Amino acid sequence: MDIMANLAMGFGIALSPYTLFLALIGCFVGTIVGALPGLGPSNGVALLIPISFSMGLDAISALVLLTAVYYGAMYGGRISSILLNIPGDEPAMMTTLDGYPMAKQGFASDALVISGVASFVGAMVATIGVMFLSPVLATVAFKFGPAEYFALYMLAFCTLGGIGSNNQAKAALAAAIGLGISMIGLDKTTGMPRFTFGEMHLMDGIDFLVAIVGLFAVAEVFHFIETHGKDSSIGVKLGKITINWAKLWSTRWAMARGTGIGFVAGILPGAGASLGSFLAYMTEKSSAKDKSTFGKGNPCGVAAPEAGNNAAAGGALIPMLTLGVPGSGTTAVLLALLLTLNITPGPLLFTERPEVVWSLIASLMIANIMLLILNVPMVKVFVKILQVPSWILLPGVTMIAFVGIYSLTGSSFDLMLMVAFGVMGWLFRKLDIPTVPVILGILLGNAMEDNMRRAMVLSDGDWTYLFSSPIAIGLWIAAVVGFVAPMFLRGILKKPPQPVTDVGTPD
Amino acid sequence: MIRADRIFGVVMVIVALGYILSAATIQTSFLSDPVGPRVFPYMVAAVVLISSLVMILRPDPDVEWPVGGMLLQMGLALIVLFGYAMLIQPLGFIIPTVIAAGILSWQINPRPVPAALAGLGLGIGLFVLFKFILGLGLQGLPRALMG
Repeated sequence: MDIMANLAMGFGIALSPYTLFLALIGCFVGTIVGALPGLGPSNGVALLIPISFSMGLDAISALVLLTAVYYGAMYGGRISSILLNIPGDEPAMMTTLDGYPMAKQGFASDALVISGVASFVGAMVATIGVMFLSPVLATVAFKFGPAEYFALYMLAFCTLGGIGSNNQAKAALAAAIGLGISMIGLDKTTGMPRFTFGEMHLMDGIDFLVAIVGLFAVAEVFHFIETHGKDSSIGVKLGKITINWAKLWSTRWAMARGTGIGFVAGILPGAGASLGSFLAYMTEKSSAKDKSTFGKGNPCGVAAPEAGNNAAAGGALIPMLTLGVPGSGTTAVLLALLLTLNITPGPLLFTERPEVVWSLIASLMIANIMLLILNVPMVKVFVKILQVPSWILLPGVTMIAFVGIYSLTGSSFDLMLMVAFGVMGWLFRKLDIPTVPVILGILLGNAMEDNMRRAMVLSDGDWTYLFSSPIAIGLWIAAVVGFVAPMFLRGILKKPPQPVTDVGTPD
Repeated sequence: MIRADRIFGVVMVIVALGYILSAATIQTSFLSDPVGPRVFPYMVAAVVLISSLVMILRPDPDVEWPVGGMLLQMGLALIVLFGYAMLIQPLGFIIPTVIAAGILSWQINPRPVPAALAGLGLGIGLFVLFKFILGLGLQGLPRALMG
């Protein structure tokens, strides 16, 4: 079988000691990044791109390292959700609902084991899904011309903005700001400068890594100082880690359902891991016979969202690899990584550089097994790291952000630009304007304009060409639905409230 | 009632108009494609205009903005980060990092001694990590001192 031969080739590359070592480092760092509140997967990957690039890692090594961080962060998010009632990252929000009550009742170890295994099941099934579905989608993607790609980008912006934010106007504004920023620099077709105002530094355009690290990591500094950053401390005591097989087995269907829902949510553009875990939890709750135990420490309420968010993280790789269109903030950052490494995602990636795709898939599988070991028997190591006080952690993260960008670009101008993006990120957060569409706009702006202009060359300036093929029309309809539908669904799908933290009362 | 959304919306309307003006001055060459380099920026600016107008007409409820001491704290953080961006080139990595990390640490936890230690530890520790373990080409000390 073709897939098996490819996979064997992938494992051939991924099983070299050096690659295994990088995957292990990535898993370890990723779990920490996920576990620390305020440092999500997008943040972690964004901080590490410039550093791994300056270290001179080759494309496959860098990809293995950083996707291991990406998967690791999805595992790690649950640790602080369960022990501190603070989601380590956004997708881990739903895990607090039943994870923290479980921990309060003295079942912290069970909650960590179940969620760890659920993460493994979700991520593993999703990785297998990536293996079988990506080549299929890649063959469909060959039929895409410029008009279809333009519609696809519209779809990504519309669903990402529609689903991921509370206000459609603000989401559209954020996407347009990102697109506007991406226009800065030389126009590829005519070679004329645009919006550079004679500033030499702007001729090459604004480096998306500067924008990403600024909007995510530097913005966090301002947010943290403003909110007086509560020191991270362990709220719930964690005893010996033991595996309660019966309880684990009782959640098997919750894991299976969560995986399925999460995987589908991950493939949809704009949905991503947060929606995956949300839908998985809500489905589990509404399909349960006894709904009243949810929110009070039901193990199924831990298993479903964790399986869901990890499966979604895997599923989100499919549109990113085959079409070059990321489904979420973190995959947008991974797209930035691919572009930095000079790898253009898309259908051609599968035929021209199969070694990249298949070694990536193979190392994701290996990373998953490593993560299961790191996150179940060795979870106490990460609990220790969570005790690092924020007055050391935050300055450290900030300095890492600066070093990364500085060693990549070597320019003070870019560092100042990064700080400016940090202020913008803080301001947008205050105004409830999502920043992920800004990133997506900066990343995709040039490709989007390019496809539009190529479509117009093909049609000789006839704008109806953009709506001329069935695929394009389907994508446009999906885009409109993805943008408009959440306005009506928002009232129905309300998020359940988080459990109340009461640190002072040991059971 | 004035809300932050309205102010931001007005600012973005002005930015969008400026963007359109600037786009109108982009030079096109006679070899250009049917669309040219101006149309896409116009479209982007139109989206900004429409969504800013929506923000002005239907603002969300206001959030709490930092005032007084907090605003000063955040201003200090901003100055520290900008200063760091300017000084890392002439002064090398270690000295600006010790100062910037120390101040940020003090802002989170206002005890001077641990903050100073955090600054020192991060400045030297991160330098060792990046320079010798990860092999990045960093300048440790001021260029003048290195001769």
